[in-house]
Amino acid sequence: MTLDITGLSVRFRNEPPLFAPLDLHVAAGAVTTVMGPSGIGKSTLLDAIGGHLAAGFTMTGSVRLDGQEVTHLPPEARRIGLMFQDAALFPHLSVGDNLAFGLAREIRGRAARRAAVEAALEQAGLAGLYERDPATLSGGQRARAALMRTLLADPQALLLDEPFSRLDAARRAAMRDFAFAHIRDRAIPALMVTHDPADAEATGGPVLSLTTDIAGG
Amino acid sequence: MGAALHAVSGVAPSSPGRALRLVVLLAVAGGVILPILAGLWETARAGFGILPAIGAEHLSLDPWRMLADLPGLGTSLRLTLLTGLGATALALILAAGTCAALHGRMSVRAGGRLLTPFLAAPHAAVAIGLAFVLSPSGWIARALAPLAGWDRPPMLITVNDPWGGALILGLLVKEVPFLLLVMLSALSQIAVARHIAIGRALGYGRGIVWVKVILPQVWPLIRLPVMVVLAYSLSVVDMALILGPSNPPTLAVMLLRLFSAPDTAMLLPASAGAVLQGVLVALSFGLLLLVERGGKRVGLWWLRRGGRGLSAEPGLMLTSGVTATVMIAGALGMLALVVWSLAWRWSWPGMLPESWSLRAWMAPGTGWGRALWHTVLLAFATTGLALALAVAWLEGEDRARMRRARWAEALIYLPLLVPQIAFLYGLNVLFLRFDLSGGMAAVVWAQTLFVFPYVMIALSDPWRALDPGLPRAAAALGAGPWRRLWAVKLPVLLTPLLTAAAIGVAVSVAQYLPTLFMGAGRIATLTTEAVTLSSSSDRRVTGVYATLQAGLPFAVYAAAFLIPVLAHRNRRGLQGGGPGA
Repeated sequence: MTLDITGLSVRFRNEPPLFAPLDLHVAAGAVTTVMGPSGIGKSTLLDAIGGHLAAGFTMTGSVRLDGQEVTHLPPEARRIGLMFQDAALFPHLSVGDNLAFGLAREIRGRAARRAAVEAALEQAGLAGLYERDPATLSGGQRARAALMRTLLADPQALLLDEPFSRLDAARRAAMRDFAFAHIRDRAIPALMVTHDPADAEATGGPVLSLTTDIAGG
Repeated sequence: MGAALHAVSGVAPSSPGRALRLVVLLAVAGGVILPILAGLWETARAGFGILPAIGAEHLSLDPWRMLADLPGLGTSLRLTLLTGLGATALALILAAGTCAALHGRMSVRAGGRLLTPFLAAPHAAVAIGLAFVLSPSGWIARALAPLAGWDRPPMLITVNDPWGGALILGLLVKEVPFLLLVMLSALSQIAVARHIAIGRALGYGRGIVWVKVILPQVWPLIRLPVMVVLAYSLSVVDMALILGPSNPPTLAVMLLRLFSAPDTAMLLPASAGAVLQGVLVALSFGLLLLVERGGKRVGLWWLRRGGRGLSAEPGLMLTSGVTATVMIAGALGMLALVVWSLAWRWSWPGMLPESWSLRAWMAPGTGWGRALWHTVLLAFATTGLALALAVAWLEGEDRARMRRARWAEALIYLPLLVPQIAFLYGLNVLFLRFDLSGGMAAVVWAQTLFVFPYVMIALSDPWRALDPGLPRAAAALGAGPWRRLWAVKLPVLLTPLLTAAAIGVAVSVAQYLPTLFMGAGRIATLTTEAVTLSSSSDRRVTGVYATLQAGLPFAVYAAAFLIPVLAHRNRRGLQGGGPGA
């Protein structure tokens, strides 16, 4: 599984493009880091790849997963997972039901689905917390639950938007290891936006800087 | 300086604002809650045979027997449930679907502006306008005439149909915009865009994410307003008189006929019916709770299955289409009011009158002048009272540094959840006993019962959203609590205050039953006159009253929009209005 991006750029209405056209290859199981000044459109880049651009934004270029063009697919058909810094667990559902929402349709039958969710909870160190209100979890627990929800949908690639920035230093390292290990195990490509050079260093992968400079790129 | 800091730190020995809060508490308890309870009590007593004014002094079930023996009661109850539950369910589905379809594709401000005319228009005016459009001689039939080959108005029952279809449509024109507004405000408290992105990234279509993720979060925030819609739809009088079936009518209309029957013995079964109306609404609230529970179970079961194949998009498109049709019908109705008030000769099947005339408008002395004067007087008096009480309540909360308790929130909604007819008659009995009925003051007070909740709801969010740094900065400069209120808070909150006032005026103008009952039929307003005239044959005069009735709130909304623009023209920080704009 690989993620290939060619000549991607995004603009809002008739304004100039947010950043210079981007070419990028992310190998299976690798994490590529995107850095750059605030406001340059790092999150917008992830939106473009995932298909979540808000009204008014247009993109050019192409996004391919394993050589397959996905640029014109709706986000629900791309199978590209998302992780945000605030975890964005659905507040009206229990922790377990958040994961159940993510769990791929291929696993059928109530008992089998429940078991899959319980197993994922255990893997994330959240055993026995199926019925818990997500609001009562610690930051680290929330981040792990959100990662599990994303992985249960069996994504073909992962987009991480400052996924660890809300965690304190000790938890951040542990969560990083946890997330990167899962990405390696599943051999899926991941693209991470971050402000923290330590995050970038921990990936062991390439670091890319977004610039507005058209000549640079 | 010392005193100001003292007040700000909130450790004053006599808790700050206690006197103010006491006054508010007494006003709300004595002016709103107690009268409603007393009214319910008196109605219930009369329903069980005790109404000393007509010499009935013994507890008995006879009123209920008389009620049960009334011809058509069963049909009437079935119609009431059909139109009340049907209109509420439809309004909820249409509003939710439209919200899901348009959210993110249309700005909230633009949406709000589009909804305003429908929110401002009084129910009776909407109903009369719709009746003009739907009737066999209305625009729809005229437009179809060449296609259908009608050379005269067709013999179809389109208004006052025995199934309550026209009534449901009328209710939808008012309730869908209301629920849309309520939903938009609820959505502003939810991370909609983010949750949709997450849901779609997990493989669910946009519409399904709305149904599975967004709407379940919206529901708890709109439950009370939906209950208001439910109670209103089940007990509406003015719209049901104009658009609803007439023989038998819905329960509330049947009760109004009994209450105003020449035979005073009918007051007893009427009161029993008013109790029944209250029970009907209470049972419907119970049903809503059951549906909510059942829906939660089914929803979880569905969610845990994790199915991705379904698309809700066609359903959303369909609901938006129906919503647009309903709104267009409502807008055409408003237009029809104006056109009829100016028409002279208008023969079938012309789409516009052949000759125009101001004759219907030329004689204010014969009626509409006085009705307009009463309406304006009542609107300003009730809105002024309601605003003063709302500001006092909110300021009291600020000074005590308290969040509003849940029971207090429920108290604000109480007058909107109890069907008007269930307590207004009993209240009138009390007023008669103390010889207070039939005066302007009684009507002002009865209308304020319904104006205050809306003003309070409209003002609460913007008031809390006020930057707390502003009054603090003023306090640090030595301004006491009253100066902070007058010189800082109220001027900064001018836009939401005016919006709340406009809503108050619209609610006051629309009141029918409180004006009729508490005014003992002697206080003629645009609404009471328009409803009475709606059954007459002179559409020109009816058009004048209904146009004025709708025009007054429109004018006040326009003023509420323009005054801040002018007052704040050199203050960019205050332009674009507060959250209430």
